[in-house]
Amino acid sequence: MKLKTLDARLVNRIKAGVFVLALIPLIKLGMGAYLDALGANPIEKITRTTGYWTLTFLLITLSATPFRRLLGWNWLIRLRRMLGLFAFFYGSLHFLTYLVLDQFFDWPGIVKDIVKRPYITVGFPSFILMIPLAITSTDRMIRRLGGQRWRWLHRLIYVSAVGGVVHYWWLVKKDITNPATFAVLLGILFGVRLIYWARGLVKSQAWPKDCLVIRVPMKRWRIFGRPV
Amino acid sequence: MTKYKIPGIKASEIAPRELFYARRRFMQWAGSASVAALLPGSVLAGDKLADVKTSSYTLPDKLTPLEDVTQYNNFYEFGTDKEDPAKNAGSLKTRPWTITAEGEVNKPKVFDIDELLKLAPLEERIYRLRCVEAWSMVVPWVGFSLAELIKRVEPTGNAKFVEFISLHDPEQMPGQKSSVLAWPYREGLRMDEAMHPLTLLTVGLYGEVLPNQNGAPVRIVIPWKYGFKSAKSIVRIRFVEKQPVSSWTQSAPSEYGFYSNVNPEVDHPRWSQAKERRLGEFLKRKTLPFNGYADQVAHLYSGMDLIQNF
Repeated sequence: MKLKTLDARLVNRIKAGVFVLALIPLIKLGMGAYLDALGANPIEKITRTTGYWTLTFLLITLSATPFRRLLGWNWLIRLRRMLGLFAFFYGSLHFLTYLVLDQFFDWPGIVKDIVKRPYITVGFPSFILMIPLAITSTDRMIRRLGGQRWRWLHRLIYVSAVGGVVHYWWLVKKDITNPATFAVLLGILFGVRLIYWARGLVKSQAWPKDCLVIRVPMKRWRIFGRPV
Repeated sequence: MTKYKIPGIKASEIAPRELFYARRRFMQWAGSASVAALLPGSVLAGDKLADVKTSSYTLPDKLTPLEDVTQYNNFYEFGTDKEDPAKNAGSLKTRPWTITAEGEVNKPKVFDIDELLKLAPLEERIYRLRCVEAWSMVVPWVGFSLAELIKRVEPTGNAKFVEFISLHDPEQMPGQKSSVLAWPYREGLRMDEAMHPLTLLTVGLYGEVLPNQNGAPVRIVIPWKYGFKSAKSIVRIRFVEKQPVSSWTQSAPSEYGFYSNVNPEVDHPRWSQAKERRLGEFLKRKTLPFNGYADQVAHLYSGMDLIQNF
């Protein structure tokens, strides 16, 4: 079986499988809550778990494009929207946990948190920025905005991902192993993008015929007898 | 053909939660009892402590269940997750164990743990425990005032502070293989704080020998300060002239001060200390100055700027 080109039916099946897998953290949390097995501080456990999976899905979403390009699996792009929406879904649960379970609508307390606590100052907008992305994720919205503008808007995911990692980094007391792992993975994903972008930049220079600067080194290559 | 049915478990076959834990505790008790039978005179976590007096140190607050007190711990020597100590503390050997009292004292002494247990009558004291992470518990500790030990070693006039040093042995404490804090764990008190009757040299909880994950075989409990001040698994008590630097202060001086008195007015730089979640409660409650012990301890700090001296 060639993994580069899968037929549409198979891709749909993979998509359904990923959908079910992506729900497992939620199901585990739900069962834990039902069985009273979330430990001594269940609210903390729910907050941590939903936060962890928000970041994880953000990174998985951001890895769809690099993997597609590296492996040539074009069908990966068809999973990207769903993965991004799962990031938003877990982000919403994380935010709601904070709002309802943790603060219980203590609005002055929440405003104080956003202003005074650096990790919430960063985390709050990181979540808010995901809202327009979720709203404009439909085919109709893509058409209405037009591909170019839609792509620019959806680059906000980079801001959310960086903000999310910083949010995690700033809230841990001492052991930064987990946030550092997220930071390294995010760095790799950005690095791959940077390489592709730089290569694209070089390729897009169309070697104009009247450009002396470019033709000179080309000639030099020929002098040494090497094919270009 | 009949469809295959996943065999379900009948509700009647599932043990109720209380029974499950009762059974488990019976098994643990039976296990430790049989080991204890082989090692006469040994004291193991979970064993009942004999001759524990009730004391006037009690609270109207509901006790945090034993299960939560022993499964939700910050004890980085066994890992940085709250569940880690309960999982990993089995490797800690609490016998033989000695506590060395030294420094600015007339009678330095090495106490054997079993001798220490008989130094003064054991009392049960119900204290609030407020973690710097804004959660809290109510724990029935067993021990006696640290002052009892201090009086016996006769501190000199130069003894201005007391430093507590915890065990440093990465073989027994696997968390020490990571450099997350500067080991051994060190904490300190001013002499008058250490002498205060509330400051408890603790050897048990819930009437039983202190479980390893709670700082066995001996720890300190200072109920009006954030939990990290209450050093666990202590091997050395030093009487010193200069204010000691604790492990947490060393790791982040702007976040963890020497005094670390519970104070809703002084926020941790990264989170609020105004409220706390009592384990088992849904709504957060207001944090009280000195964790509710202001009447007993506020005078120790009269005239001091508690924002400067956080």
